Amino acid sequence: MTTLHIQRARVIDPSQSLDTVTDVWVRDGRLQAFSAPPADVTADTVIDADEQWLLPALVDLGGHLPEPGYSQKGSIDSETRAAALGGFSHLCSLPDTKPVADTSAVIKLIQEKALRAGHARVLPLGAMTQGLEGEQLASMVTLQEAGAVAMSNARQPIRDSYVLRRLMEYAATYDIALFLNANDLSLAQGGCMHEGPVATRMGLSGIPETAETIALAQLLLLIEQTGVRAHISQISCRRSLSMLAQAREGGLRVTADTPLANLLYTDAAVTGYNSLYNVQPPLRSEQDRDALRAAVGEGLLAISSNHRPHEIAAKKAPFADADAGMSQYDGFLPMVMSLLEQSDLTASQLIQATSVLPARLVGLPGGLRPGEAFHATLFNPQATTELSSARMASRGHNHPFLNQSLAGAVTATFADGLAIA
Amino acid sequence: MTYDPAKVQLTDDGRLKHFLTTEGLSRELLTEILDTADSFISTQERAVKTVPLLRGKTVVNLFFENSTRTRSTFELAAKRLSADILNLDIARSATSKGETLMDTLWNLEAMYSDMFVVRHADSGAAHFIAEHVTPNVAIINAGDGRHAHPTQAMLDMLTIRRHKGSIEGKIVAIVGDILHSRVARSQIHALRTLGAAEVRVIGPGTLLPRDIESMGAVPHYDMKQGLADCDVVIMLRLQKERMQNALLPSEGEFFKLYGLTEEKLAYAKPDAIVMHPGPINRGVEIESAVADGPHSVILNQVSYGIAVRMAVMAMAMSGQQTPTEEPA
Repeated sequence: MTTLHIQRARVIDPSQSLDTVTDVWVRDGRLQAFSAPPADVTADTVIDADEQWLLPALVDLGGHLPEPGYSQKGSIDSETRAAALGGFSHLCSLPDTKPVADTSAVIKLIQEKALRAGHARVLPLGAMTQGLEGEQLASMVTLQEAGAVAMSNARQPIRDSYVLRRLMEYAATYDIALFLNANDLSLAQGGCMHEGPVATRMGLSGIPETAETIALAQLLLLIEQTGVRAHISQISCRRSLSMLAQAREGGLRVTADTPLANLLYTDAAVTGYNSLYNVQPPLRSEQDRDALRAAVGEGLLAISSNHRPHEIAAKKAPFADADAGMSQYDGFLPMVMSLLEQSDLTASQLIQATSVLPARLVGLPGGLRPGEAFHATLFNPQATTELSSARMASRGHNHPFLNQSLAGAVTATFADGLAIA
Repeated sequence: MTYDPAKVQLTDDGRLKHFLTTEGLSRELLTEILDTADSFISTQERAVKTVPLLRGKTVVNLFFENSTRTRSTFELAAKRLSADILNLDIARSATSKGETLMDTLWNLEAMYSDMFVVRHADSGAAHFIAEHVTPNVAIINAGDGRHAHPTQAMLDMLTIRRHKGSIEGKIVAIVGDILHSRVARSQIHALRTLGAAEVRVIGPGTLLPRDIESMGAVPHYDMKQGLADCDVVIMLRLQKERMQNALLPSEGEFFKLYGLTEEKLAYAKPDAIVMHPGPINRGVEIESAVADGPHSVILNQVSYGIAVRMAVMAMAMSGQQTPTEEPA
């Protein structure tokens, strides 16, 4: 029996419209009570959280862990530690490891390594198709039994509409959730950034919005037909939002997320060929970014990390040749909160998008309620986060704030009542 | 996160130290390049054509993409400036062995060269090299992906100036595959900076890049409208691959719509000049009667190319203030 007492925290929980300064008592991994101590209890640990925010912990709907297969880019230990320091209690790992997470052995390996590391908890996403090749279905029931929380094909395409339909039907039979990416590779044509004036000026091949929207239309129609439980990962276009809204009006229960980078940056960041901003989905126009921000404000869009650590050599190449992806876990919550200054979004809306919505999708409480498992993040808005290469936990230093500081700092992250950061 | 394409290329006092793109450079600087090139043209007409401006300097032709023509003009330009020149044909050596661009650069730096002339298939490759190479090595972009080919654009500007008196106030049409053309992009920036009245791009929708208006060019799909009142017609080479990627149905249809014939040239001003960066596909983008006709200045372009490259190399070398240290 261990008891944690957090004093004078500003508890912000949008799932119950809570924003109040109070004490919090946690016992054996569960939130026990607000305010007054339960009878006969003395705390083993006391944290003075005066002037700090206590939030339901961040949950990531998609980050790339470099293990197994890419140990030059980092380890499960380094990246889950970075995630915990960034405010995440749980993260969904994408299946594009080497070997691909299409067998229970790989799912178990990831879980065991994460458990041994003891930082952020990992909820692996299983591969929808064998080898992510989009042709043969992976053994989704077996993967689910091994612990895969949902199935994904990362950004790899499914060969054709027939396979996609059968895949959804099969998943629907066993109520397996699918995390689907809308990405028509034939329209993307090997492009490396948003198709628009910046791409034209820089002579880089562009990815049109239709590479996302046409694929999304196909997904939505097949989700409707098959009734599969589906989430759309990594939306980047304004138009996709109106398509999702229309589908929801028609009664479809479909959720979606956008990577944080698409809320922070536009394709203008690519001017100057900075390969750091070579990301998939690409950074799009200001109109797209603003529409994504508005959807977050309306509670319609979750925010994911799309964390992808790289070794220095992978990014040290001409723009199109550099590996796509950005390291995001270190300083994640401060980066999210930088939107308070840059947009009209409120802290409550941002917590809804990074904690509450994603948690519910993967079966976590997504709120701070007595009796439930205590996954929480303590955030000090007055402190600063220094992201020097020596201080970063992630081995991927392809981070937009490398060697800079961010306002606000995560002071603790709890998973099941345990401090993991 | 503002990026200034001029800043990368200029010294603190505004002189050229690299030549990567025509974008963002001032009218004065572009004019200085043209004036310097003009002065070299007169030296090219002498019996002894060399000048000692780059004596003792080493220029490396770093071609990751094959181009005998462009490489030869740079080689000749370097020799006429009295530089030592080393031709590295990397397209067939290092990178095919899995060596990265950075590895190649580190190896070349060990040779203590003073200038790299770079041709690479990736847009931004010359910027990348300029950012990562040791100081005091000048980078001249000889073509990067679809992005820029600034020396070609400047020799085109010189051609226009020598044949039409100036660029100011002229209407210029660029015809053909704008989408894949680094030459067109560099020409558009240079023409706008040097005061052209209008820059038009003419081609089918599949070969005009999206939002080309944002660069200050007016798109046209029809030669009659596009060439009306033009002073200068620049034809671009059509690559055969374009037929394979669903961008065009056939060479024949392209020639019918956009191939420069005497009939279509009649839409332009009577004294219009016709240019082409070469090599020409006769009967695909231009008919022989026009290519060899009285309006054509295509062969003059080639000879101006050496002068322009001499000018840019001399200016960038003098912009690299301190001389390269000798190996210990």
